[in-house]
Amino acid sequence: MDRTVVNTSAAEAKPVGVTSAYSIAHLRHVPRRHYGRWVAAALILLAFAAVAKAFAEGQIAWPVVAQFFTAPAILSGLANTILMTVCAMVLGIALGVLFAIMVMSPNPVLKNVAVFYIWFFRGTPLLLQLLLWFNLALVFPRLGIPGLFEARTVDVMTPFVATLLGLGINQGAYTAEVVRGGILSVDVGQTEAAKAIGMTRLTTLRRIVLPQAMRVIIPPVGNEVISMVKLTSVASVIQYAEILRNAQTIYYANARVIELLIVAAIWYLVVVTILSIGQHYLERYFSRGRGDRRPARAAAAAPEAA
Amino acid sequence: MQGAAATPMVVAVDVHKHFGPLHALQGVSLEIPRGEVLCIIGPSGSGKSTFLRCINQLERIDAGAIWVDGELAGFRRDGDALYELTDAEVARQRLASGMVFQRFNLFAHMTALENIIEGPVTVQKRAKKEASAEALALLERVGLADKRNAYPSELSGGQQQRIAIARALAMKPKLMLFDEPTSALDPELVGEVLAVMRHLATTGMTMIVVTHELGFAREVANRVVFMDRGRIVEVGPPREVLVDPREQRTRDFIAAVLS
Repeated sequence: MDRTVVNTSAAEAKPVGVTSAYSIAHLRHVPRRHYGRWVAAALILLAFAAVAKAFAEGQIAWPVVAQFFTAPAILSGLANTILMTVCAMVLGIALGVLFAIMVMSPNPVLKNVAVFYIWFFRGTPLLLQLLLWFNLALVFPRLGIPGLFEARTVDVMTPFVATLLGLGINQGAYTAEVVRGGILSVDVGQTEAAKAIGMTRLTTLRRIVLPQAMRVIIPPVGNEVISMVKLTSVASVIQYAEILRNAQTIYYANARVIELLIVAAIWYLVVVTILSIGQHYLERYFSRGRGDRRPARAAAAAPEAA
Repeated sequence: MQGAAATPMVVAVDVHKHFGPLHALQGVSLEIPRGEVLCIIGPSGSGKSTFLRCINQLERIDAGAIWVDGELAGFRRDGDALYELTDAEVARQRLASGMVFQRFNLFAHMTALENIIEGPVTVQKRAKKEASAEALALLERVGLADKRNAYPSELSGGQQQRIAIARALAMKPKLMLFDEPTSALDPELVGEVLAVMRHLATTGMTMIVVTHELGFAREVANRVVFMDRGRIVEVGPPREVLVDPREQRTRDFIAAVLS
């Protein structure tokens, strides 16, 4: 009896040795009906319509939103937000990679310096760090290397520099942990294989471990870039002219508070949406050699099997 | 001594290695002449893989000494003092040997060809064009020229291991170390890897092979070492160690493997 079942092939219209009662190929296929989805979609649309109606009828002057959407002060604030995001993230990633490598170093001096850095900058609030950098002149009225150059701290520590140091160094402490996690995710066999072909520790990191760690590092760092776009708004407290501070400056003058906040909100969403798309492509690039080629593999394997 | 040709490829003298409380190598001494194919067999945990990894300094030895190609591994002797080598000097010493791992360890983000030329180009600073040409010849030799642009994840275990052998050979080592090269393979893929190794043995390459393939050891090895609990129990030609061992422990092990 078992033999007849084994011989049965799905391709055959009339399976050998199986009674016609088991032949169902000619029956009509009715897919599952998802009534719940339709009900949920209708309810959500209704709720959306109610919220949209409320906002349309509320005390919001939409022409003012449109008017200020491309105002020079808003656009220059947007440019400053983007500039600060890029600079602070570059500094943060550079410090993060450096300190991650230091934390994992066999050198106890480097390791402890990195542990201290991560402990200090993760352990204090960002706002406090920004205020400390901005008010550094209270501690050190003059900065410089004796004999080489010297300057008044207030001249050096502009809102831009203070924000960059505050955000970048703080970000570095978090990114260091993300990079460390990425490095740990790479199989030790990869490091051993690299050593076996004569690579030094640093060459192994640069050529073998970090490129593979990127696959694990990119998603959280992408997440942090998106956080950073919004975190730059904290710098408004030390007078850095980013988009939220400029929006505030305008509404202090014309009292259109909600309208200008909506303008800023829309711009934040635009920037974050563009970044999310970029992150998708970056992730795809760094996952090469890992799963993304499955269809190609199946196609390549087929002729071999034949 | 009559120059480099007469010095053995590997000399190990009273090598000890601890992993915490575990005494993994308990005084291993062995001399491996140039051109020899040596198979190391033994139960798991016997220290055979550890000994192999000590030869190319993936593990540091705690006592004793190992010479590879006439050079003391890990130290520079100056008068009565032994100076520990730097990371870069150890990396240079590793160039004498090529290593093949149980789990292949191909670089996952590189294609087969990129895996093979990585060492020659990055470490030996050779021209990419020349390295690629040699890599293609090596791929031809292991029968995988058509897979040059495949990533490791697209290859079978047997194919990955053959690429790994090509990657090690691309560095032109004087000695090849194989750490259970067929243990992670599906049974039907073992043959293709052993065939490549068998061919390599005919070229006069010095090979140290940690393996459970007693058939391969009997056929290809010049000598077989049986290790147990961190010690060498028995060394000799395959027909002695594998067919008519002197020690009871060797006899038990071979009986257990063959049953």
